[in-house]
Order: sequence, then C-alpha cells, then structure tokens
Amino acid sequence: MGESGCGKSTLLYAIAQLLNPPAWIAEGTVRFRGQDMVALGDEELRHWRWRECSVVMQSAMNALNPVLTVGAQLRDALQAHESLTSQKIQERSAEVMRLVGIDAVHLRSFPHQLSGGMRQRAMIAMALLFTPELVIMDEPTSALDVVAQRSLMLQIKDLQRRLGFAVLFVTHDMSLVSHFSDRLAVMYAGQVMELGLTRKVFDAPRHPYTVGLMQSFPSIAGERQELTGIPGSPPDLLKPPAGCRFHPRCPHVMTHCRTEEPAVVDVEGDLVRCHLYPDGQQSTVPLLSSVRPR
Amino acid sequence: MGYLVRRLEFFLVTLWAALTLNFILPRLLPGGPEVALRTRFHGRVSPGTIKSLEVALGIHTQQGQLQQYLEYLGNLLHGDLGVSLGFYPERVTQVIMVALPWTLGLVGMATVIAFVLGTLIGIFGAWRRGGLLDSVLPPVFVVISAFPYFWVGLICILLFSITLGWFPQAFGSSSEVTSELSLPYVLDVLWHSILPAFTIVLTSIGGWILTMRNNMITTLAEDYIRMARAKGLSPTRIMFQYAARNAILPNLVGFAMSLGFVISGALLVEIVFNYPGLGTFLLQAVNNEDFSLMQGLFLLITVAVLLAVVAADFLTAWLDPRTRERA
Repeated sequence: MGESGCGKSTLLYAIAQLLNPPAWIAEGTVRFRGQDMVALGDEELRHWRWRECSVVMQSAMNALNPVLTVGAQLRDALQAHESLTSQKIQERSAEVMRLVGIDAVHLRSFPHQLSGGMRQRAMIAMALLFTPELVIMDEPTSALDVVAQRSLMLQIKDLQRRLGFAVLFVTHDMSLVSHFSDRLAVMYAGQVMELGLTRKVFDAPRHPYTVGLMQSFPSIAGERQELTGIPGSPPDLLKPPAGCRFHPRCPHVMTHCRTEEPAVVDVEGDLVRCHLYPDGQQSTVPLLSSVRPR
Repeated sequence: MGYLVRRLEFFLVTLWAALTLNFILPRLLPGGPEVALRTRFHGRVSPGTIKSLEVALGIHTQQGQLQQYLEYLGNLLHGDLGVSLGFYPERVTQVIMVALPWTLGLVGMATVIAFVLGTLIGIFGAWRRGGLLDSVLPPVFVVISAFPYFWVGLICILLFSITLGWFPQAFGSSSEVTSELSLPYVLDVLWHSILPAFTIVLTSIGGWILTMRNNMITTLAEDYIRMARAKGLSPTRIMFQYAARNAILPNLVGFAMSLGFVISGALLVEIVFNYPGLGTFLLQAVNNEDFSLMQGLFLLITVAVLLAVVAADFLTAWLDPRTRERA
C-alpha cells in the first residue's frame, strides 16, 4: 500500500520480472520457494511464469488482446506450458470461467464485448488456469465501482480459500487492505517503510508515515476525530531527499534524519525503516497522541 | 454483417459519384473530343469523312447532355468504353486489356513485396529496438524514399544496365522472344521486370518500415503485451499474435489504397523503363488528346481505388473484431 507514484506497481512488476526497458535489475533477489528468480534465464523464467505465478492487471480492457477472443487467450496460455488436446483445453477453460462465475459461452466473446467487471473476472479465470502458487494483482479492483469491487474481492478471497494460492496485491484503498490482506507493506518514495501483519499495523502503526496514513481516513466504528492527513507532498524521486526519504514531512524529524538513511529494524516482529527505533526497541515518543487536535 | 452491407452501400454511392464526375470532367475541358478530332484531321480529310468519323466514334454533338449521360452509363454497364482516338480503330477496353497485365504484374507485385518486406523489417526492428537492424535500415530507407522515382530509375539503369550490363535497359520483354506462354518468355519478362520492380520497392519500402515500426513500438507498450509475457508465451507468438497483429491494423487501409493506385501505374517508372503498362498508355493518351482512352483509364483507376478501399474495410473487419459492430 502507498500513495500514487510511490513505486508499488514497479515493485510488483519487478518481482514478476515484467518491467520494460529502460528499467533493469540493478541488484537484489526474488525468492520463490527457496529459489532466486532473478538468477533464472529467460527460458526457465518462461516456464515458471503462469504455472507458478500469474498476474492480474489493473485494467483488464488493456490487458486483454483486443483482436483475440477470451477463449483464444486462455488457450494460448495453456498451450504455452502444456500440450493438450483441444477438448481438454475447452474443458479447462470452461472450468475456470465457471469458477469466476462467467458463462462458458463468453469464451467466444471478444474483450470489448464484456463489461468491466466481467473482463476482470475473465482475467482472474485466466490467472487460475494452472492453479498457481502465487497470483500477483496490480490494483485488481481500481477500475470497478465499489459494489463490483467488493464482490470481486470476496470472490478472490473465496477462491483463495478453496484453491490455496497466495495473493500479492497493491492498492491505495485502505478499506481493501484492512479487509482482505494478512500482511501489509507500506511504501513511500520507492521504499518499504513498514512491513507487518495487517492487524498489528492498523492497530499500532510504528512508522510516522503509516501513522499519518491511518489518520487520513475516518474509521466507521471508532469515535469521531479530526482527520489530519500528511502535510507536504511526495518527493521528486529523481532527487530523493537525503537521509530518511520521509524527513521533510515527518512530525518527529530529528537532526540525523536529514543526513543518515535509517536501516530496517525489527520491532516486535514488524519491520520498520525509521530512526525512532534505534535498536529495534519501542519508540520513546508516543506517536499517535502527538497529533495536534484542531 | 450489417457492417459489410453499410460498406457496400458506401461503395456503390461513391462509385456512382465517381462515374458521374468522370462523365462531366472531360466535357468541362476546353475543346473536347470533337475539336481534338477536327484539329487532328484538319485539311487531310473531307468534312464529310470527319462527320462519319464522329458518328463512328460516338461523338454525337446533337444529343442532349442527359441523353449522353444515360447512354454513357448504359455503355459502362456493358463494359463499353468507346473507341480509342489514338489507337483507332481499337476499342478502349482492348487497349486497356493489353496494358493491364503488365502494370498489374510489375507494379502490383512490387507494391506487395514492398509492403510485406517493409512490414517485416518494421516488426523486427521494433522488437529489437535500437538494435543493428533498427538503427540502420529505417533511416537509410527513409532517405531513399525521398529520392524521386525516375531519378532512382535512371541511376539503376546507368549502374546495372549500362555499366554492369546485368539487366535490360527498357521494355517489358525482348523482341527476339515470341510472346507466348513458354518458359523462355516468362523468364524474359521476369528478367525485364527486375530493375523497374527494384526501383519501386526501393523507393516505397521506407514508408512501410517507418509506419510499421512506430505502430509496433506503440503496441509493445500496451498492457496486453506485458500480460502475454507474464503468461510465458513464446517470443515469436507475442511478436506476431499480440504485437504485430494489432500494430498492422492502421497500415491495412494505406496498403489497400496503394494497391488501388497500382492501376495508375508507377507512371514515371514505366516511362523511364519504356514499360508497356497503363502508365505509358496514360501518357500517350494525354499527348494524343485521346479523350476516350483517358476517360477509360481514369475510370479504371477510380474503380480500382474504391475496390481496394472496400477490400481493406473487409480485411480490417476480419482482423479487428471491434470494427464489426461499430454503428
């Protein structure tokens, strides 16, 4: 989770190794079941794709080839990894379409003939062809209205329970995060600022940026409180601020925040990138109460 | 289906408009056929002979315009384009039928080759953007396509024909070989067509390379290409089924148009190479003030372009499902 332009999708596509030039892998590893995916060659990577890790994109209109039927696009994903008879392909395609609640007649439809919600479902059907271990979703619901969003997420949750795949998704929708995720990474200016169990992060945010985010949206059940938001605007990533990238907007900024880049520390199981936690200890500054009521 | 019917309706209406214009335009020209005829035979034949020639050629000046127009449409329905003044007593259709195969063969094939080759170079160039193919061929051919046809033709003749002696300088075939459907004749015709075809391909391929390359680059940035990669499809499948298949759509109409213009012949190329095609005949018709032949040729060109555009529409409808239902 993070605001627009913080690098959520870039990170996601970097993990899936789908970034286009001029992007390149400068360093780092992507561990998938103990194996480093960055070290794989193109051909090995191609076999890993879709069988083990599939992708659902933000806008299904642009992510489906406009000149091929939905069925043809399911078929070529299947054929890329297995040699199947056309009857087997038909059966499997109809099966995944049923999983997401679309009639199999729409295998013969072209993407432009389906509604936005159906296209997104068809994409999810495509992602489930091989029942992969991991499904990567880039804002899967942002092109849909709230009603369709909710039904799609419930369906994903339900399929996940039945088929047992992991979902890695990015969004800037706080309510989606709180309802549908188990672990949460908060990103700011291209870096993960905090990573922990969603419940814990929501109940006790540790990074000042996370605190600011939590105070930017109202709680339905909680008491009435003034929303404060985060003053200032995100930095220009071509020349990110020295030291901690959040320091120009941070209410707890200290002198060494401006010069030293904070390391990632483990605070009671949560990973935090902040100088407030010098040795992985709980901060001495009470973060939440420091917000000035207006 | 409704889409195809609408396109056909459009075709018929445009065709009628073109035919009518083709009738009106020569009649707006100063002089007109009968003046041309009189000037040509002035003092050489008696007025009575001119009168009978006029009747024979179908130039009835006494007839009303409307009646002439209806007769013109009627004749067209029967495929009758009248008698050629320049090649009298040959009929215009006969003259055209002699020249048409040459032009269709030469310019048609050259246009298809240029399109196919240019499209392929564009596809591969964009796929390896910034690679060797991409950095050399597009700029070179864009520069070459700025050269005038006839100049490239003359240089080719000078280099490959006069200096090196590899290819003949002119004409569609050698006079020593009898024109019948035999292997030596076919080879002779092919041998004569290489240089003019080469000139056409050389000067027209740049446009296809450039447009296809640019379409491809735009298409390659689409989400569905990234999706295809995520699906683990083979690179060739992504390149052709996902990228090129979409990138070629805007180029189809341009290709069909250029196929339509094949009929008008690469006029200059045919003249430079003295090729017996429609372009050469068109020039002669203009020089001879051969109105009926000109009219026939213009008609042929118009119909060819119209047919090509309709064919392109059908092809696009076949390749692009989104156009089929558009109102």
